[in-house]
Amino acid sequence: MNVSPATSVALAPHSRWTHHRTVGFGYLAISAVAVGVGTVLSLLMRLHLSWPAWSLPLHGPILPEEYLGLVTMHGTLMLFFVLTVAPQSGFGNLILPAQIGARHMAFPRLNAASMWLTGLALLVLLTAFFVPGGSPISGWTAYPPLSATALAGPGQGEGMDVWLAAIALFSVASTLGAINTLTTIVKLRGEGMSWPRLPLTVWGWFTAALLSVLAFSVLLAALAMLFCDRHLQSSFFVPGGDLVNGVLLQHRGDGSPLLWLHLFWFFGHPEVYIAILPGMGLTSMVLANFAHRRVFAYRLMIATTLLIGLLGILVWGHHMFVAGLNPFAGSAFALSSMAIALPASAKVLSWLATIWRSRPQLTTPMLFALGFVSLFITGGLTGPILAQPILDEYLHNTFFVVAHFHLIMAMAGVFGLFCATYYWFPLLFGKMLSERLGKLHFWGTILGAYATFLPMHLTGLAGEPRQYAQLTGVPGPAGQLLQTTLPLQNHITYGALFLACAQLPFFLNLVLTLRSRLRASQNPWSATTMEWAPQAADELATHRDPCHYAEDGVLFLGQWEPDATSELPPE
Amino acid sequence: MPPIVTPPEIERRHKVHESDNGSGRRPPTDKRTGGNGEGDSDNWNDRPQGRRGPRERLSQVRMGVFFGLFAVLMFFIAIVSAFFVTRASGHFDAYSKYVNEWLPTTIPSILWLNTAVLILSSASAEMARRSMFREEDVMDEWIGLSRRTSQRATAWLTLTLALGALFLAGQWVAWDQLAAQHVFFKSNPSSHFFYLITVAHAVHLFVGVGALIAALIGLRRSHQIASRQIFVDATVWYWHAMGLLWLFLFALLEFGQ
Repeated sequence: MNVSPATSVALAPHSRWTHHRTVGFGYLAISAVAVGVGTVLSLLMRLHLSWPAWSLPLHGPILPEEYLGLVTMHGTLMLFFVLTVAPQSGFGNLILPAQIGARHMAFPRLNAASMWLTGLALLVLLTAFFVPGGSPISGWTAYPPLSATALAGPGQGEGMDVWLAAIALFSVASTLGAINTLTTIVKLRGEGMSWPRLPLTVWGWFTAALLSVLAFSVLLAALAMLFCDRHLQSSFFVPGGDLVNGVLLQHRGDGSPLLWLHLFWFFGHPEVYIAILPGMGLTSMVLANFAHRRVFAYRLMIATTLLIGLLGILVWGHHMFVAGLNPFAGSAFALSSMAIALPASAKVLSWLATIWRSRPQLTTPMLFALGFVSLFITGGLTGPILAQPILDEYLHNTFFVVAHFHLIMAMAGVFGLFCATYYWFPLLFGKMLSERLGKLHFWGTILGAYATFLPMHLTGLAGEPRQYAQLTGVPGPAGQLLQTTLPLQNHITYGALFLACAQLPFFLNLVLTLRSRLRASQNPWSATTMEWAPQAADELATHRDPCHYAEDGVLFLGQWEPDATSELPPE
Repeated sequence: MPPIVTPPEIERRHKVHESDNGSGRRPPTDKRTGGNGEGDSDNWNDRPQGRRGPRERLSQVRMGVFFGLFAVLMFFIAIVSAFFVTRASGHFDAYSKYVNEWLPTTIPSILWLNTAVLILSSASAEMARRSMFREEDVMDEWIGLSRRTSQRATAWLTLTLALGALFLAGQWVAWDQLAAQHVFFKSNPSSHFFYLITVAHAVHLFVGVGALIAALIGLRRSHQIASRQIFVDATVWYWHAMGLLWLFLFALLEFGQ
């Protein structure tokens, strides 16, 4: 095969720095830093809620504004830099090209650039701790008018500016990354990899990338307008005659804080689907892999993935039921939100049907996939409750909401990430993570996750508000009510500490495995998707749908194998 | 389960290409070059997808540019929807009167001239793009007989660059004229939007100017006609999109306030 000069340039940018695996590991490193810092912040919040007088070594007691800073930075780090970066960009780069039979991503240099831009965004965000006034205090949603002026609190000056800059950089980087992902999936699928043959993970990445292109530039526009409000005295989001801390803001016009909510949640709701869709796809594939079955209703699963993406951009108003939204709009958003229950339930039913009576191999990745299903159901059941405007009026801004999104998005997302790590570790490093430590890790993590987040439903129903720095010492009946939640609060704190400690077996596992010399076999899980093909990508062609297993559950046919053997029924 | 469609490539893989007798490659152009046909038509060496020919790289880059333009479109949709919300919102004053502070900003008439300049620049950019795909000339250039296509495209792109710079200068003049009338960014909700929209568009056009300069450098430096085609093509599509976007934004500012 001769190489023409025309194609050599297409191959040239395959230096080490632009290789998609390097970029993928870069993204995972960014996420690792963010998840480390974010976890420490959440533990500090829990410790402070349980023991408000506790003073942080080398720092002193945690002040109310510092608590709000912890809330903001925890949310921003986890949402943007962990749940968006790791599943979509990290594992997207590590696995996606191999899974579609491509040799590289469509634009390797652009890919590397967006990874470094994301790293820069993280660096900028982390400087918020050290600027005068400290980190911003308006939450990861940065609602104006209090985010629109430095008068609103200590972190709302330079801290907020730093936050805006970091998220703007992140938006640009994510958009570029999504363009790359989309072009790769549309244009670089290998021979025979037709659309219906794409693994559901690829469909997850594809839908999430579509949502990224749609949503992040809207966020960027909103950030630009908020920046103007802060520094150029415009009034996009600042209402006329706004009095903040006794000072009348000199802005002309009738800005609407609700407008920010619309723009932000038009981004924000797709964002949570960007975080969870790759995990959903992976769960489908891993369950089928270890159940040695086909994915139940494969075409329908493709359709529900796309449908969840589509509905995901039509439901943003359910975050705004009590923010002054027109009640009729509230009804419309309630309907569209509850409509998501349909494709979501279809997914759950497919997961259950796939493993039903299959005697699955309970390996660690399988356990984490089952954990994903469990958390998705638990967290999902509170979704239709919160989607009702009349119930949300009571539950809004309580710990019930915190419980809901931590189970369905944060914990399910993290279980998806652990599943991906254990499942693809042999592919990426040629070594198997220890099953024994992995199972210990799984049981500790799922126990910790439920111990931490289930009781939050109860404290939320009891009326515990979000984002309150202190629950003790409140006068009157409200104080008595909060007092009753304190024993559960302490339980949640111990649960969170346990959950953090339950990650130790994972790190031990990583260190021990990377130091060991035992090599994994080439396809240890009997997986059927293209990334496990023994050949080099040059000689690959896709010949069938994924998950082709024989009735006895032992024999399987990879997507890469040319001919069906006689043991398998031709399909 | 519907039958699995096997793309013809699998059957074709190990056959000798009928139209290729092995004595050499086909030149990297065919009738479809520059058109919008399927990229598969120039799989002239039976290569796996992703390594086929210049046409495939071109369509990849184009797709990337179009996804990017979709993101840019969403950016402006967000701003324009904020425009309509703000135009319609007001407040009740101390005497329970509903007050809407929106005062339409008078658009400097130089914007009409600027719009004409931008349309002209788009036309010259399209001339550059077309000249990169004229078959005989491309063939000559590929063989090495002349660099006529690149020279022509350089001329047209330089003209585009000049017109684009003229547009940006014209926008600057418009801001100056407004400032002379004491209409600043912070004066009124409508002036917020006038400045936000024109400046955001100018920033995007500035990126386009950068792309034009990069394409001009690429036309001189790049050794492959295929790469030169891609430089020009991607830049020109971006430029067209910014021109089209401006027509909508201008109509909004002129007639929509």
